[in-house]
Parts: sequence; structure tokens; C-alpha cells
Amino acid sequence: MTEKSTLLNERELERALSRIAHEIVENAKGANDLALIGIHTRGVPIAERLAERIAAFEGVRPLVGKLDITLYRDDLTEIALQPIVKKTEVDFGVEGMRLVLCDDVLYTGRTARAALDALVDMGRPAVIRYAVLVDRGHRELPIRADYVGKNVPTRRDEVVKVRLVETDGQDEVVLADLGTGSP
Amino acid sequence: MSSDLTRLLDFADTSREQVVAILDTTEVMAQVLQRPVKRVPALQGFTVATLFFEDSTRTRLSFERAARAQSADVMTFAGGGSSLSKGESLRDTVATLDALQVDAFVVRHPSAGAAHQVASWTGAAVINAGDGRRAHPTQALLDAYVYRQASGRPFEETRLTIVGDVAHSRVARSNAELFSLLGADVVLCGPPTLLPRELAALPGVRLEWDVDAALEGAHAVMALRLQHERMAGTRLHSAAAYADRYQLDERRLAAAHPDAIVLHPGPMNRDVEISGELADGPRSQIRAQVAAGVPVRMAVLYHLLVGKGNR
Amino acid sequence: MSKVRLEGRTWIRNATIVTSAGGQGRGDLVLADGAIEGHQPQGPVDVEVDATGLVLTPAFIDPHVHLREPGQEVKEDLASGLAAAAAGGFGTVVSMANTDPVIDQPELVKALTTKAERLPGARLRPAAALSVGLQGRRLTDAAALAEAGAVMLTDDGVPVADAELMRRACEWARELGLVVQTHSEEPTLRGDGVMNEGEVSERLGLPGNPRSAEAVMVFRDCEIARLTGARVHIAHVTCRDALDVVAWARERGAPVTCEVTPHHLTLTDASLASFDPVYKVAPPLRGEDDVAALVEGLRSGVVDCIGSDHAPHTRAEKHRDLLSAPFGIANIEVAFAVLHDALVASGRLSLAALLRLLQDGPAAVLGWPAPSLAVGAPADVVLLDLETERTVDPSRFLSKARFGPWDGASLSAWPVRTWVRGREVFRR
Repeated sequence: MTEKSTLLNERELERALSRIAHEIVENAKGANDLALIGIHTRGVPIAERLAERIAAFEGVRPLVGKLDITLYRDDLTEIALQPIVKKTEVDFGVEGMRLVLCDDVLYTGRTARAALDALVDMGRPAVIRYAVLVDRGHRELPIRADYVGKNVPTRRDEVVKVRLVETDGQDEVVLADLGTGSP
Repeated sequence: MSSDLTRLLDFADTSREQVVAILDTTEVMAQVLQRPVKRVPALQGFTVATLFFEDSTRTRLSFERAARAQSADVMTFAGGGSSLSKGESLRDTVATLDALQVDAFVVRHPSAGAAHQVASWTGAAVINAGDGRRAHPTQALLDAYVYRQASGRPFEETRLTIVGDVAHSRVARSNAELFSLLGADVVLCGPPTLLPRELAALPGVRLEWDVDAALEGAHAVMALRLQHERMAGTRLHSAAAYADRYQLDERRLAAAHPDAIVLHPGPMNRDVEISGELADGPRSQIRAQVAAGVPVRMAVLYHLLVGKGNR
Repeated sequence: MSKVRLEGRTWIRNATIVTSAGGQGRGDLVLADGAIEGHQPQGPVDVEVDATGLVLTPAFIDPHVHLREPGQEVKEDLASGLAAAAAGGFGTVVSMANTDPVIDQPELVKALTTKAERLPGARLRPAAALSVGLQGRRLTDAAALAEAGAVMLTDDGVPVADAELMRRACEWARELGLVVQTHSEEPTLRGDGVMNEGEVSERLGLPGNPRSAEAVMVFRDCEIARLTGARVHIAHVTCRDALDVVAWARERGAPVTCEVTPHHLTLTDASLASFDPVYKVAPPLRGEDDVAALVEGLRSGVVDCIGSDHAPHTRAEKHRDLLSAPFGIANIEVAFAVLHDALVASGRLSLAALLRLLQDGPAAVLGWPAPSLAVGAPADVVLLDLETERTVDPSRFLSKARFGPWDGASLSAWPVRTWVRGREVFRR
């Protein structure tokens, strides 16, 4: 995998998250009954950061949950081939809640589809919205993100790599060529 | 950390990492079973066949539930009613089910090695649900899981003592194998006529015929069922004589670690191998064992079917 | 007649002291408080015994007697049997379990030891049954029996036909430290034989019991000893073939011991030419060559000890015909005299060797310390008169079985005084 360009640097990533946080609250008309659900792995720190920002300007911190979709993926879902199942931690009831799924990259839409199935098996939320840092196109299912950090058209032989301090030690989003072999 | 496992016949070819991964996944599966919708689509499109040549409704239903909770299709083949004998017929049965594109066989058979035989005749995943008195790996996994959840203690610092008819127990053998693989100390205890000396050769295992010596310092104590046929005959004088010397009760448990938990693979003969009081008391994890059966088997099916290279 | 004396201090003077280690010269021995005090009295003496010309040695141990109590007291009981044993120079006997009821429960073991404690005579150490009721189908509770005081497991009287049962009993015994004694005769080969199968039985037209029945079973029991690691004691070996099997098995590490009876060392199947059931015993009297092999076994050490297999019956029972009379020879009072006469007086065995077979040998089989005259040892001693010839007069026997194969014989090695726990329990 060879990196070509930086799509979002540290500052730009921060601004994108701030804007998304505001959009969420604006749309929800406040932070009550609001819960952010991060999709493992990098969706989780994204959800945490969004929650912090919302708490900062709204004075109310939305609930945060972590969702593992390994058991809901279909075989074309682009997660690692080693299906280590992590725990889903949604310690609150989802009935009647306004949920916002958070993830790093929206690509084929299969991850989002799996996440929706998982959430629906937990109960009946009032509303589910979807926030991603990067939308790179090439949808295979009718899935649309409600909040997007950056739209980036890509080719199929390219990969979008999101790095976050919590998981990778730094904040940036880069574009790379797939190269030979698996990502 | 792959699930390279395509069969679970015993623990001879499993690594500690693989086993720990299964226990970790079991926790997730247990959670799934707490939700309003107790099902995930993880094994959608897979077919699991249960091939039970020994009466055991409980275990068979446990496996079938574990398959269905992950949206797999289930085929039940109970060898009791049909004109099934051993050897060749077993092979034909496997061939037939293979042709029906079964992805996983769950096999229980009175003859040791039957699951190995099945595994040699098919490319599908094979899970040993109990072969003769040799092995019962999913039982051991659920026992290890229950222990792990109930006790904060790492396996490397754990002593497991198993008391009872060890000679005829596949549960004892598999637990000895698994706990030892996880780094624990294992003590096997029973009357001299039910404790084969050859088992001392198993790694990490010590034999003890005196129950008080065996229980000393144990963190997990497991009672094995004494089968009715064995109670009075060439090996034992009577159930009462056995109970006198080997029954696990509150008094005897004083020798074990104060936090020791009590296990029993079931079904229990109350007041023979275990006192009713101990079985129902605060140390007992017997109910947890019963509850752990389905999530453990869900995890095993998951790891065997959704592994590297499968599909 | 013997009288019971209180445990005072007894000073035995000027005896010829002989043990299994050999002659120790002349000397004195003092008994006090149930133990050996030493060579000099350390306090006031109650009894002084002039033992000039008599041999002093530890009292004998008999690992195999039938005392017939409970249930068959008409043949013998604890009182008569233990007194008879003391008269034979025995300080301790192991009683067999084939009574009525069979000694297969701890309460029965306890009842025997409790009663025996209050009786003058040899000490009683009971054996308990290996299978419930001697039926050979179900194990007894060996651990409980051991706890109640049983020193040996045996179905003696009835061979254990089921090898699996024998094996499992041995596994228990191994862990409990108990010795398993076996009456080794293959039951179907033995059939209804009343005497040794051979030329004599054929001539007399009596059903025979072949040597192979014993050899086959001895082999099986040795193998089970080897398999389980339990101490197995073969009772009453009677023939060369069986002895060879024991030797072979021991070479291969089988923890096996064996015993021989006084009658098998001195009588042969020729005795049955008289058709007298007094000679009817199981296993049967064999031939000359077997007797020679047994004596050789005593010398070589293949045989570990003498066991009397004292098996009293009523006169009436032994007056029945050969087919229906019960098996057994009562011999405990004459055993030493018979053995001394046949083996020591004839020069085939030294006195010390004979004593070893009656003292150290049986003790080792049972896992007990060897009898000794050391200070502190239990005061179980016997004075032997090896000079005076006496005729066997069964009417004076203390046993209820006042008859036997040696009636009227002239023998000259007799116990004359026996002490157990420092108390005199027999005086001739």
C-alpha cells in the first residue's frame, strides 16, 4: 500500500468533526434522547469526540455506545478476514432514542447495513442517522450518510486510510494505492 | 489470531490463543442471548447437522439452538431409530449429508474416535459432542468459561480438582486437557477402582485417591456423576460407601480455597456425589454451566465456520 | 492347664534364647507392663520362671486360621480357638472371614476384636471378606473394613472366580495398604474333587482336583498382583507347579507372597487310602514330589511363611462319607511339633529358619514389624521344650476339634508356656 496524498490533516479533521457535531445537534433540536453509536473500531473514538464537542457547546453529553457488527456482516463487508468479535456495549435502551451511527469511512454501505440490522435487533429507536468522516463513493446498497466530513471520489484500486490518535497515534486521513496483495 | 480451526475434536491440536478467543467470543454470544432479538445473521446460509448416536436431548438441543441463534439451518440426525450400525453405515451417513452440502457436523457417538472418523470423510467442519469416554470439548469450554466469569483468577494460578468416576468420564479428560492447556494445575480424584493410574501421564495432571488431599487449595471443584450401574458391583461396594468417602459437601470444601467454585456437568445425583446443600449453595456455578452451553456452542460454531478461507 | 495371670513382672531365667537370627546363648528375659523390659528386672518380681533347658523365642504368628465364630461355634469359637492357638505357641492369629454371617461389614469386624480383647489366648487380628457374603459379585467396603480393624481382605474358603472383581479389590487394597489373600483354585477345574487328581484318586475311584486348578489360579492372581501393584498373598500352596509360578511371577516384579500349611508339608494323598475324611482338605494333599518341592521352597525362600489353615469341624461331620464331609484339618496345637519333627529334627531345616517362617515371615506378609525380644517389644513370647517326647493326646486339646491326622504320634518339640501382652495365656 503506497500513500499518495493527505485528504485531511489534523486541523481539517478537527474542523470536520466540529461541524458534524453542530449539524447533529441542529438536526436533533438539542441533545436530549440523543445517543451516538460508534462502529468498531474507529467509529468509536469518533463518536466519543463528537460527544465531547456536543457536551462542550450544549452542556449535555449525549450517551455513547459501541457497536461490533462482525456477527451481522455479509461476506462482502470490508472488515478484516480474521473475524475477531468484539463486545457491543450499548448500556442504554434504544427504544424511542435518536441514534447517530458513527464511522470513519462510508464505501459500499454494507457496514452501515449490518449496523442497522444490529441496532434494530436491540429495540426500536425513533430515528437512526449516520455520520462519517469520509464518503468515498461506490455504494452497492441504497445507503446515504446524513453527516459527512469530506466527500472524496476514489477509484476501486485506491484505499482511504483514516488514522486517529486514539487508535493510531496521530490524526490524519490519507489516500493510497491498493498495490498488490491484500490491504 | 485466526480461527484456523476447522474441527474441534479435542484440544490436541488447538493452541491456547485459539481457545481463549473462543472464550472471548462466548462473552459476546452470551450478550446476544440477552437481547430482545436473540439472533444474529452471522451464520446465515450455513447448514449445521447434528449426528447424535447416543441419547442426549439436552446437548443436541443446545447445539441446535446455538446454530439457529446465528441464523444457520439445522438438520437433525438421531441414530437411535434408524437401522444404523457402526463403521460403514456411519460413513454412508456422512457421505449423504455431505452431498446435501452440510457445512458443519456435530457428532456424538458411544465409540471413541467417531468424530475423528467423520472428520476424515468430509471437508466440512466437525465438532465432537462427546465420543465414548474420550472427549467432550464443548463441555470443557463451557466449564472453563463459567470458571473465568465467576472467578477473577487467571488460569495459570488456578487449581482444578475433579472428583468422581474419572475412569469413565470424557468430561474429566477434556477438562484436564483444557485447563492444563490454559496453564492450570489439575488434580483428578476418585476411588482407586475408578482412577486409572495411566492418567498420571497427562501433562499438568496429578492423581489423588484421598479426597481431602485432592481438594486442598483447589479454586474450582468439579463433581462427576456416579452412574447407577457402577454404584454396587466389582468397583464399588455401594453408593453410600462412595458418598461417605467422596461426596462433595460443605464440610469437605473447607479444604479448598475460600473462594472456590463448585461445578457439575450434570445430570446430578443429589446426595451421592454432591450434597444438595452444596449444589444449591452460593459456591455452586451449576446453573451458570447450564446457561453457558448455548453461548459456548455459538462461539465454537462461529469460529469453525467463519474462519480464514472458509467460504 | 493355663491360668490367666495379672500383668505383673515376670522373670524368665536361664532360657536358651533362639530367634530367627539364630541362637543367642543362654539368658534371662523380663516381661513387665505388657512389654519386654530387658534382661534384668527393674522392679519387684511377681513370677519367676526357671527356663533351664527350654528355648525362649517370640511367640508365633499364624496368618490363616478359621475360628468359626460367629455362627459355627459348635466347631470352634473365639475362646477355644485363641486358647488353642496359645497352646500351639502362637501369640497372634489372623482369622478368616467365612463365618456365618460372613465378616463383610465393619460392625462385625469390631464385634470380633472387642470380644477377643477380653479373652485369654493369642491376639486376634481379623481378616474381612473381599466380596459381599463371599458371593464373588460385589465388593465389600474395604476402606470401612480397614478402619474397623481388618488387616487382610480375603474370600478364603471360596475362590474368587471373577478376575475383574479380584482386580478391583486389589486396587482398593493397594491404596489402603491391605494385603489380599487368595484361595487360589480355579473353580470349574476343581469341580467336585475331594482329593488330588492322580494315580491314587483314580485307583480309589474318587473325584480328583488337579494341580492345574491351583496353578492356573495362582498364575491369574500373580498377574493381578503385578497389574495392580497390590500385595497378594497366596494361601496354602500345595504343589510344585504352583510354587514355580510364584517364583516366576516374583522374578517379574509381582508383589506376591505365599504360605504353606503343616499338613501339606508332611502328608500326601496316599493318606486317603484309608478313606478317612480327616485327611480331606482343600486344596488337597498332593504327592511326594510336591512335598519335596514345598520343603525346597521353604529353604530357597520362595515360600514366605507357614500358615496353619487351622480348620476345625465337629467329629460327626468328619465321620461322614468322603464325598459329603467338609474340607479342613484342625492343627494349630500340634503345628509346631509336627513341623519341627518333619523338618528340623530330620535336618532339612534349621530351627532358626523354621522360626523365621513362623515369626518374621508372616509379619512381613502382613506388613507388621518382625517379632523380637528387644527392649520395648511386645511381651509375646513362648517357651519351647525341644527335648521331652510327648504323645499327641487330642482329648487334652483346647480346641473343640479334639481329633486329627497326628493322633497318637510321638513328637518332641512342644510349646510349654506362652505369654501374650506379658500375661501367661498357656501352660502345659
